[in-house]
Amino acid sequence: MTRVPIRFYQVGSFAVGNRLLEDEDRTVQSDPQRTNSIDSGHRACQGCGEALGARYALDAAMRATNGQLAVVNATGCLEVFSTPYPETSWRIAWLHSLFGNAPAVATGVAAALRVKGRDVRVIGQAGDGGTVDIGFGALSGMFERNDDVLFICYDNEGYMNTGVQRSAATPPAARTATTDAVGPEPGNVFGQGKDLPRIAMAHDVGYVATATVADLHDLEAKVERAMSLRGARYLHILVPCPLGWGSASSDTINLARLAAESGIFPVFEAEHGVVTSVTPIRRRVRVEEYLKRQKRYAHLFGTQPRLEVIARLQALADANIARYGLVNDETTNATLED
Amino acid sequence: MLTQIEGSKAIAEAVARCRPEVVCAYPISPQTHIIEAIGAMVKRGDLARCEFINVESEYAAMSVLIGSSAAGARSYTATASQGLLFMLEAVYSAAGLGLPIVMTLANRAIGAPINIWNDHSDAMAARDTGWIQLFAESNQEAVDLHIQAFKLAEALSVPVMVCMDGFILTHAVEGVDLLDADLVDRFLPPFEPRQLLDPANPVSIGAMVGPEAFEEVKVLAHLRLLDALEEIPRVAAEFEALSGRASGGLVSGYRLENAEVAVVAMGSVLGTLKDAVDARRELGERVGVLGVSTFRPFPEAAVTDALGHVERVVVLEKAFNPGGRGVLASDVALALAGRSVTSVIAGLGGRPITRASLERTVGRAVAGTLPAMSFLDLNDAEVAAERARVGASEGVAR
Repeated sequence: MTRVPIRFYQVGSFAVGNRLLEDEDRTVQSDPQRTNSIDSGHRACQGCGEALGARYALDAAMRATNGQLAVVNATGCLEVFSTPYPETSWRIAWLHSLFGNAPAVATGVAAALRVKGRDVRVIGQAGDGGTVDIGFGALSGMFERNDDVLFICYDNEGYMNTGVQRSAATPPAARTATTDAVGPEPGNVFGQGKDLPRIAMAHDVGYVATATVADLHDLEAKVERAMSLRGARYLHILVPCPLGWGSASSDTINLARLAAESGIFPVFEAEHGVVTSVTPIRRRVRVEEYLKRQKRYAHLFGTQPRLEVIARLQALADANIARYGLVNDETTNATLED
Repeated sequence: MLTQIEGSKAIAEAVARCRPEVVCAYPISPQTHIIEAIGAMVKRGDLARCEFINVESEYAAMSVLIGSSAAGARSYTATASQGLLFMLEAVYSAAGLGLPIVMTLANRAIGAPINIWNDHSDAMAARDTGWIQLFAESNQEAVDLHIQAFKLAEALSVPVMVCMDGFILTHAVEGVDLLDADLVDRFLPPFEPRQLLDPANPVSIGAMVGPEAFEEVKVLAHLRLLDALEEIPRVAAEFEALSGRASGGLVSGYRLENAEVAVVAMGSVLGTLKDAVDARRELGERVGVLGVSTFRPFPEAAVTDALGHVERVVVLEKAFNPGGRGVLASDVALALAGRSVTSVIAGLGGRPITRASLERTVGRAVAGTLPAMSFLDLNDAEVAAERARVGASEGVAR
């Protein structure tokens, strides 16, 4: 396993694109000539991580494919807020059919383009519900056949479009409309849920990666890497949801960063089932730093904090850190004290 | 030239001559022989420029075709029964998106209880999807309808379902004339999609439509389906000019001249029914048959015209809506408002429909003793005994 060295541009400034860099090191987003795949004027909430993630990912894919891209979208927030008839925010070829079938539709698009002899690449995309739950069968089929599709999951850890219900990507202890913060085990229960990146790896697909909207360079590099490969590929992007998480709309990027830095959301790449690189945690934080900024975890804090629940969440983060080796000797502030 | 060939293999040959570009299916009896044969052709390289995709479900099969059709490829699948129900959400989506997919439905009953044999319950469950639904009387007609289906679908940008009776047709070996490939090419030009998923001209397909426009979108789809009532006879006439064979169209009458009683039906039972009517005609009864080839859009005017002079109409069909009546019977009764329409349900779950039973039914219709709704060859005693047993065990007074 190789370790990704910490690059200069990751230190000190998190400014989008980082204009102090040479052109080739700048992000796609900093390029005024970028596609703007999903244009302004859509109906996403303020601070929507999914809108941001989709723009980053698709603009990078458009650059990587020289504009030869078709996108299939599952039903969900991203579809609803981007295409209120007769308007559309998409400046790219875009198709939506149903909630659970985006991976299969993407397979069909790829098959048609292949038979037509056109070198147009295909991305399928969905939220976590459309990926880990209702679209899971179709996604597993697409993986198993090794169809030439990059599937992107914008994971905001719940059914936000329908009013914040639990999905199989909702983390333990999180309150949703269907996992109320009451009873002996408030919020979503422990010991359930699907780890889609690892399930994707078990399919032996060529490329699996995770990313967050906090690390733009990393996300764009992974899209670029994915588009340089053929066959089934999977990218899982953590996209905080101010509405569903009960967080400030100005805190989206920060929360995505804290999710990675606490170990709650491991950021890594894998090829054919083997982890090939991880993004090390530079400044390790306790999970409380991440949790306390979100109302979906409010029941863990307050006058009678649920320390035992927080400890179980910390244990999950620690297990991720151990599993992927996210903390190394050079990492500063790597140990958690107090 | 007639070839002795199994129905399913004949369909595969006909579909291959239509040059499909993406074929995607999930196996279900009695559709399997069709997709096996097409899969083999692709694997052997006999079907150039065609992708054959094995998927994990019928839901995925229809979804793959939604993608391939939107990206401009001529797309085909086949299914039956539970498979159609499992893909139903995508079946609606295909029609809503105006994608000219062609699908064979090897008609089979729907469970529970599970049953693999023929009836028309599956087709009726897809009645309101917005697809054109054509019913084949014979394997020859099924073959011809597939070739017409691609032309119809692509002319109207509406998907077409060709219904053929499972096992009775799909597994029957009989003489079929397969149109030469060059004739099919002359009849069926390459697919020119109305709307295309293409980065050179990026469009958004499948946008969300709210209350301000949804009704209009649905009415436009309805009107386009009604346009098919003009297009179907035109395509059938063009096909006849090419092949010398009358196949398809809206409805087809048999011995309806001076008929007092007509039996309306769909699919392979029409052959047996015509024999039964011949026998009753021998007895001097004025009876005839009306075959409905196009079930959706429902050819109301054609039915009314064909049965204008008929006093009593019997609708014989292989499906019904429980708690209601026959599905086709309801359509026919609406078309013939004010006239006597009796509903006979037959052949459920593959129960044989014999010529003798049909002759008796026609005789009762002539005598005016057919009830408003009845089930052909029903074991009344068994039904009564079971109702009595269940009633007694639960203490329900009957």
